[in-house]
Amino acid sequence: MTDFIHPAAIGQHTGAACLPAATPCATLPPHAGIGLKPQHFKSVLEQQPCVGFFEVHAENYLVAGGPLHHYLSAIRAEYPLSMHGVGLSIGGESALNAKHLSAIAQLVDRYQPTQFSEHLAWSSHGENFYNDLLPLRYDEHSLARVCEHIDQVQTALKQPILLENPATYVQFTDSTIPEAMFVREVIKRSGCGLLLDVNNVYVSCINHHWNARAYLDELPLWAVGEIHLAGFAEDTDDLGERLLIDHHGAPVADSVWKLYLEVLHQIGPKATLIEWDNDVPSLERLLSEAEHAEHCLHTCAAKPQGIRA
Amino acid sequence: MTSQATFAQALLDPDSGTPATCQTPSTRRFAVYRNNVISSLSDALADTFPVTQTLVGEEFFRAMAQVFIRQSPPNGPVLTGYGAGFADFIEHFAPAASVPYLADVARLEFAYLQSLHAADAAPMASDELSALLTDEHALAHSGLRLHPALSVHQGNFAAVSIWAAHQGHGELSQINTQQPEQALLTRPQLAVEVTPINTSGAQFITCLQRGNTLAQAWQQALAQDSHFDLTQTLSLLLRQHSIVGVQQASHTR
Repeated sequence: MTDFIHPAAIGQHTGAACLPAATPCATLPPHAGIGLKPQHFKSVLEQQPCVGFFEVHAENYLVAGGPLHHYLSAIRAEYPLSMHGVGLSIGGESALNAKHLSAIAQLVDRYQPTQFSEHLAWSSHGENFYNDLLPLRYDEHSLARVCEHIDQVQTALKQPILLENPATYVQFTDSTIPEAMFVREVIKRSGCGLLLDVNNVYVSCINHHWNARAYLDELPLWAVGEIHLAGFAEDTDDLGERLLIDHHGAPVADSVWKLYLEVLHQIGPKATLIEWDNDVPSLERLLSEAEHAEHCLHTCAAKPQGIRA
Repeated sequence: MTSQATFAQALLDPDSGTPATCQTPSTRRFAVYRNNVISSLSDALADTFPVTQTLVGEEFFRAMAQVFIRQSPPNGPVLTGYGAGFADFIEHFAPAASVPYLADVARLEFAYLQSLHAADAAPMASDELSALLTDEHALAHSGLRLHPALSVHQGNFAAVSIWAAHQGHGELSQINTQQPEQALLTRPQLAVEVTPINTSGAQFITCLQRGNTLAQAWQQALAQDSHFDLTQTLSLLLRQHSIVGVQQASHTR
C-alpha cells in the first residue's frame, strides 16, 4: 500500500446510516462493500459497520431454512445487498440448468438484491459441477451462446445482470476474438452491465502478457455497475514466468490498488467489493480493506475524466 | 467430444494430458484449474466433515477426499448437499478400515449439516399436545408431524460420543468406540443440537417419522424395550421444539 495514506483506524460506526442513503434505484451505492460471511453474522448485526453494501454468493443461500436465511434477512433489512452467482455456468456449452436458474430467481425474488451478477465462465458440464470458474473459447459461436444464456437469466430474474470479466490461466488456440472485445460485444448485444474485476484484469494481463491499460480501454467501462477487488497468489508457468492465481485469500495487491485508482479517475466512483473468500480474516481486517477502497472512492469523487463509449 | 467435454474430463483425470486446444506451454497453467477443482471441493468436504478430518488428520482426509471427488463429483452447484455418499464411500475405503467408526462419524456430520439448513417450522403449543395425550381415541388415530430439521442417527459405533468429545463434551480416551449409539438431531432455535437417545427412543421417533400413529410407535418402542419411557421421549421432542403438528396417520405398519 505504498501509494496511499491508510485512513485512520475505523473507530466508532453508527450503522449504514453513516453513508448517504442509497436512492431506491437499480444501482448499488458508490461505496465500498464486503462479502458477508457466516462467521461475521453476529458481529455485523451488533456493530452495524459502516459499509456501502454486503455481497453474498447466491448458491450458498439455496437452502430451505435455518440460520443462513435468518441472518441474511436481518442484515438485508439494514444494508443494500449484491447477489453474486457462481454456478449458472453462463459460458457453458450445454444449456443452462433450468432448475438452478429457477431457484436463483426465487432467491432474488425473496431478497430483492440491488444487483445480481455472474461470471463469464463455465462450471458445469454434463452431470457434473466443478466448483471453479473455467475458461471458454472466444468465437462467434460462444458469443451467440453466452448472449442467449444471459438473455435467459435476465428474463428469469426480470432484471439486467452484471457480467464479470474473468481471470484466466490458459488461452485456446481456436479462439478468434480477444477477451476484452468479447466482453464488450456480449454487453453490447445482451444489454447486461459489467462487473469490472480489477484483480482479474491484472491477473489475466500478467498471465497472458497483455497490456492492462489497453485491455481496460477495450472494455465497455461505461457499463460498469460494480467493481471487485481481491488478492492473488503467485506461481510460475512452464517457462518460469509469473503465473498469478486469483485465489481471494489475501489483501488486495498494491499494483491492483493502483489500477483501481486509474479506473476510478476515468469513470468516477462505483460500488466496490472487497472479495476475500478463502482464509477469511476478521471482520475488522475486512473493514479496514474496505476503508482503503472507500478512501480511493472519495479521492476520485471529484472529477472523473470521462469514458470513451 | 466438444472442447469443454475434453477439458472437463481432463480436470478429474490426472492421467490425461492437457487438452490439445490449450495454447502451449500449458501444463502448469492447466494444472491450476485441476488443482482448483480438487482443492475447493476438498475444502467443501472438510467444512462439512470437520471431525472426520480431525480423526484421520488433514493429509489422509484430503487424499481420501480426492478419490471420492474423482469418483463422485457434485451434480449441482449447491454444495451444502455435496457429500451425501461420503460416509458410504468411507465404509468401503480400504485405507480407512483401521478406523471402523469413521463412516458413522461422517454420517452424523452430514446429518448435522442437513439439519442446520432444513426448512423452518413453528413448534406446536405444549397445551395442545397435552390435550392430545389425554385423548385415547386421538392417540390411537393420530401421528405427530415432526420438524423438518429433526433426524435420528442410528450407528454401529460410538460416533455420538466421539463427535461430542470433539465439541468439548467428554473424554475421547473414555469412549468404547465399539458401542453402538443413537442420537436425535434437532434445531430448536438456530443451532443444531445432538442428543444421545436409546434404541427404543430412536425406534419411537423413526416410527412417527414414517407416519405411524402414536399408539403404533409406542407399541413398537415397547417391543424394542419393555422399559421404554414415553413421557421422557415426548418431553424431549417438546423441549427441542420438534413437534410441529398432529396428523391423521398416513398408513399403518
